[in-house]
Amino acid sequence: MAQVKYVSASRVYAKDAPPAVDALDLDIKDGEFMVLVGPSGSGKTTALRMLAGLEPLDGGRVEIGDRDVTFVPPKDRDIAMVFQNYALYPQKTVAENMGFALKMQGVHKDERARRVQEAARLLDLDENLLDRKPKALSGGQRQRVAMGRAIVREPKVFLMDEPLSNLDAKLRVQTRSQIAELQRRLGVTTVYVTHDQVEAMTMGHRVAVLASGQLQQCDTPRHLYDNPVNQFVAGFIGSPAMNLQTVPLAGGGARIAGTTLPLPAAVRSAASRAGLSELVLGIRPEHLHLANGSGELAGEVLLVEELGADALLHVRLKESGSPVVARTEGRKSPAPGQQVTFRVQLDDVFAFHPETGARLAG
Amino acid sequence: MTATAVPVRPLKGREPGPQRFREMSSQVGWGVLAWVVGIAFFLPVLWMGITAFKPESAAQTWPPKFTFSPTLAEFRLVFSGWGPFVTHSVIATAVSTLLVLLLGVPASYALSVHPVKNWRDGLFFFISTKMLPIVAAIGPLYVIALKTHLLDSIWLLIILYTAMNLPLAIWMIRSFMLEVPKELLEAARLDGAGRIREISGVILPIISPGLVSTALICVIFAWNELFLALNLTVTNAATMPMFLISSVPQEGLYLAHLSAAAVVASVPVILVGWIAQRSLVRGLSMGAIK
Repeated sequence: MAQVKYVSASRVYAKDAPPAVDALDLDIKDGEFMVLVGPSGSGKTTALRMLAGLEPLDGGRVEIGDRDVTFVPPKDRDIAMVFQNYALYPQKTVAENMGFALKMQGVHKDERARRVQEAARLLDLDENLLDRKPKALSGGQRQRVAMGRAIVREPKVFLMDEPLSNLDAKLRVQTRSQIAELQRRLGVTTVYVTHDQVEAMTMGHRVAVLASGQLQQCDTPRHLYDNPVNQFVAGFIGSPAMNLQTVPLAGGGARIAGTTLPLPAAVRSAASRAGLSELVLGIRPEHLHLANGSGELAGEVLLVEELGADALLHVRLKESGSPVVARTEGRKSPAPGQQVTFRVQLDDVFAFHPETGARLAG
Repeated sequence: MTATAVPVRPLKGREPGPQRFREMSSQVGWGVLAWVVGIAFFLPVLWMGITAFKPESAAQTWPPKFTFSPTLAEFRLVFSGWGPFVTHSVIATAVSTLLVLLLGVPASYALSVHPVKNWRDGLFFFISTKMLPIVAAIGPLYVIALKTHLLDSIWLLIILYTAMNLPLAIWMIRSFMLEVPKELLEAARLDGAGRIREISGVILPIISPGLVSTALICVIFAWNELFLALNLTVTNAATMPMFLISSVPQEGLYLAHLSAAAVVASVPVILVGWIAQRSLVRGLSMGAIK
């Protein structure tokens, strides 16, 4: 039973620099899988390390299970962490690595062996690997040992700092689902840091998006995708990224590709309230529907990226600089150089304030 | 079946032309140079080794004789007199090296992993003690030794050798400790390891090759040290280098005897170095911890 709470927690590395983590407020429910995601330098790892006790707080506090742990040393926080490079003790065997924390707690040898074996079984780690040193293991096995070391402790909270980034692409996808499944089975509150938005979307119950030390939005993956609060979240979540273009406003719509794209009434009124003459238009690649000449947005195909099931079209819209990306069915995709038109549904259009980046709606 | 002799050409290999010839000849040139330099360095040692087996009468002839009947007579003579010297040397070397490691590990820890305030000043102070020529300090050292009744005592050498090697050892061990991945220490902290455990259970096993090479260098320096021993000891703490000096008689032939003594004095260091070779290489290329 442990929820985790950041209460305007801040961390400042250098006096003149902006804070690495700026007054972070975040409530993580008991048993929840929370993913902190953001580009490098967004403060996500610092936030995790603050929770681990490896980074002191310069303001605010951190709570684990209603207990203020701001000044509690790491070992007394009842947490376990999985590091990006696994940080396995090279001179200890796998079993010793996994049992080290228990040994420090004075757990009896037999009990230690039992729990190590249980964790190994849980992770499908072969028993005869337990006597090996980490350097005799493959990358995937090391990753599992690092997980095992955390599980053995039976902590209140798991902290994971990009635990998959050292694996190759295939193993990463496989391990991703294994970790999510394991977390569901154990029901332990987990805070997971990644820069990979696909990982964040697929694993997290909720995802907290950070940028330059500030929490942008925290919500379920579906909600983040459908209702990004600002331009940053809209561009960061989703792959390929949302097409974002600054366009002038004219006659109740947005001027793009030589035509006026109608905007939802809520966006129009929000834009006029803010006195804007232009705004940032956002359309997701899958919302640009090929329309065989009858669509509003016309352009020329520059490049086709085949993904198998579907294809990505890079298209330069008429009278517009940067290309947009559209997702289409793989087998029917047009060829490079071909003229195409797209149809866009009114409620699939996002609009953002050109200066603040805030979503314009309602 | 016709088998015509087609010259095998490497797919992308260069033609054996002037450039290839130049490359090869430059390689050969470097090789020759390396051998010449190597032999030039080794020759005196070889000469010493050969002379040690000569009878005294054959050792000092000119031109040198290469045919002689080898004898162990000089070695026998050396072994009859080296007892106290080697005992002093072993004690001074072993105890001082042990002390250096014992003091150096915590000191390095405090200057690297959890740096104390002003650690830069501390680090510079340690190395600055090596900047003063030891000759400049011998006067005060003598007086201090005299007043503390440590003159001609093995404890004096132990203290001085420890002090002499400690700065270098701290610099070395510190650089090894800096190579220990930070995450490993954090993992240990999360696992609940205290300072002592962190050092003994995590850091020391990783830097052990580095410790071995540090110890080796301390052993070599302490074993070969002459200046302090010569000026501060007479008989009760005289070491192997002093034995070498005492092997030179006031008159008569002594070259074979001196050579035998020098061989005996060098063997322990060479032996220790040879045993520590593997660790030495690993210790001096510690970056390989992953």
